[in-house]
Amino acid sequence: MEEDMNAEKKPYITTSAARRDRGEHGRKTLSMPVRYAINGVLVLLFLVLGELMIDGGVISRYQSTVIEQVGVYIIMAVSLNIATGYLGQLPLGHAGFMSVGGYSCALFIMKMAPVFGLTSRTISAGGPEVVLLVALGLLFGGACSALAGLVIGIPALRLKGDYLAIITLGFAEIIRVVMLNIDGVLGFELTGGAKGLTGIPGYTNFLNTFVVVAIALFLIHTMMKSRHGRAILAIRDNEIAAEASGVNTTYYKTMAFVVSAFWAGVAGGLYAGCIGVMAPSKFGFMKSIEILVMVVLGGMGSMLGSVLSATVLTILPEALRAFSDYRMVVYAIVLILVMIFRPQGLLGTYDFSLSRVIERVMNHDYPWKKRAAKEVQENA
Amino acid sequence: MARNVSRRSFVKFSGLAAAGMGGASILAGCGGSSSSNGDKTIKIGVLGPYSGDVAQYGLACRYGADLYFEQNPKIGDYTVELNEQDEKGDATEAVNAYNKMVEEGVVGIVGDVTSTPTIAVAQASANDGVPCVTPSATAADVVTFGDNTFRACVTDPFQGKLIADFAAKQGWKTVGSIYNSGDDYSTGVQKAFVEECAAKGVSTPDNLQLGYSAGDVFFKTQLTTIISAGVDAIFSPNYYSDDGKIISQARQQGYTGPVFGVDGWSNIASGGYATASELQNCYYCCSFIANNDDEKVKKFVSDYEAKYNETPTNFCALGYDAAMVLAEGIKVALDGGAKPDDKDFVDKAVAGIAGNKVSGVTGDISFNGTGDPEKSSLIISFDADGKEVVFGSIEA
Repeated sequence: MEEDMNAEKKPYITTSAARRDRGEHGRKTLSMPVRYAINGVLVLLFLVLGELMIDGGVISRYQSTVIEQVGVYIIMAVSLNIATGYLGQLPLGHAGFMSVGGYSCALFIMKMAPVFGLTSRTISAGGPEVVLLVALGLLFGGACSALAGLVIGIPALRLKGDYLAIITLGFAEIIRVVMLNIDGVLGFELTGGAKGLTGIPGYTNFLNTFVVVAIALFLIHTMMKSRHGRAILAIRDNEIAAEASGVNTTYYKTMAFVVSAFWAGVAGGLYAGCIGVMAPSKFGFMKSIEILVMVVLGGMGSMLGSVLSATVLTILPEALRAFSDYRMVVYAIVLILVMIFRPQGLLGTYDFSLSRVIERVMNHDYPWKKRAAKEVQENA
Repeated sequence: MARNVSRRSFVKFSGLAAAGMGGASILAGCGGSSSSNGDKTIKIGVLGPYSGDVAQYGLACRYGADLYFEQNPKIGDYTVELNEQDEKGDATEAVNAYNKMVEEGVVGIVGDVTSTPTIAVAQASANDGVPCVTPSATAADVVTFGDNTFRACVTDPFQGKLIADFAAKQGWKTVGSIYNSGDDYSTGVQKAFVEECAAKGVSTPDNLQLGYSAGDVFFKTQLTTIISAGVDAIFSPNYYSDDGKIISQARQQGYTGPVFGVDGWSNIASGGYATASELQNCYYCCSFIANNDDEKVKKFVSDYEAKYNETPTNFCALGYDAAMVLAEGIKVALDGGAKPDDKDFVDKAVAGIAGNKVSGVTGDISFNGTGDPEKSSLIISFDADGKEVVFGSIEA
């Protein structure tokens, strides 16, 4: 569970409001570089600690494989959260982007490995060339997926709500069918059709997965705190008002959708390296729903919520393996209970900021103090 | 207020229920482990889809393997402890389940069952060298990733080769084929058949190897061409619903010669596509039928029926044989003085499987340097009532 603790610490940039606060109320605040430093050190600490525990055998290979999958699904959920939570649309084709990214990244790495003088064995062993190759592969996978997102996004985002859901669902099915049948059209073996793409080298490990997770969370967070992010949130809250205020809604909707597809593609690339086999049947409708469930369960618009629920929902089926016959029932019950008691998702739109907590501690500004003060006031 | 109370009591109740279930399972777990203490045990994994879309294959294989280990609870001096994991037909779950098994110290695995998860497991296991014997994954790739993956079933091309040997043995000189050209299985078998026929001196003229497309129900055009050329036999390597129609339509055209095929024909007699009289002089090769006079098969069928109250299918028999291949291979390693705790035990077990020959209920299985079995097969024909009977067997 360390990975969510780490991820919680990710959202760390606040707007200039903090500085204004200091001027007006004399609050003590952290400067931007200090915030970056604190979070950077914590991420580094987490990565080093995790890697040491895996090397030292404290975390077994089974556990580390599951942790890698947790990383993959964190990226999936957080990226879908851009389109669902921040943009306020309901796309149901996220698995399609994952498969585009996974196939293209895996094919890129398999075809380029000889160019770098690597074989599938040496890729698992690591080295500077491997890092470069995997980075290029993931970027390539992300780019292909982003391209697919662009092609799908431009016509699809003219629609809203249920219609958008249905059209994205349709596009994801198209992607799946293309993966299934493209070999026959091309006349040579590319994706392997129904039997799947096999022999993908195991380039995914704990370290590169969570480096990518950290980068993804950082970039998505900074994007959402920027001008572009505010434009996206404005579209979610009221599209007509946003447009009237001069926000280019078509541009920002497409951008959010493409960014979302890009990260799904990167996650797909990591997934391919983790499992070693890509089969089109694994990226059907249910996979998209699975990821949507993570986002909705965690709270739409909450990055911490997506991270937490992706972690829990990936670990849960494995943790319940001992009860193998009942685990699907338990999984379902957990979902139902959350939807009864927290329909807005576990965290709603709340996001965690370590800097905010530290500042509160520095100012002795605790939530319970405020409540006590309020009560005193009321009694008086 | 009433709503709040009901929610609260609901949570309380479900909490109690969960605690109860957890406690019960912990007790059950303790009970299980305490009874096996003291004995020398050896852990064997059984992996397959026991829920989900392809559960029927996974369960059939598992029942077969369970039956084998129930009859043979010991390998050498060691008591077998089964570790059964469900992977729901999913490659991700299969890799996770595999890693978990290895972590729990299994020395061999019966599984996986369907092709894609099996390939995922084969890739993951190539580095560890844990012997995996799949009962039923026919994809060619499965055995190519490492020398530790074996299969108990034969591949599609191998069946084409076997049945070509049978055709040569029967003395058929010219053979025409009618096959589903849009299906991997049919085209794969047909291609291998033509190649082997060339080697055995059976003539298969190109203009008599005719394809049809999936969904066709009218085959008389192709059959007229083949029959009018005066062939000795017609080869139909398809699934039984098409094969039945092909046989029926060939008989309607007055053809009385042999029609033959491969294991897609299973259940053709009960399918109702061809009548008993039409099925005379028809043959197919298959590794297992329940209606067999062989002593081993008879015993297997009766034991299986006694335990599960149903007739075993091909998959049950393959699960049984996969378990046998694995257990016998491990026994060779144990007899060689290796201990299950040894670091190189899995390598010795792999060597044991590769060098061994077992006689299972689906035929004699040996591995000739690859993970693909050299396996004898049954030739099935039909009696006057249209029931499947064993016509003979054919060696690889």
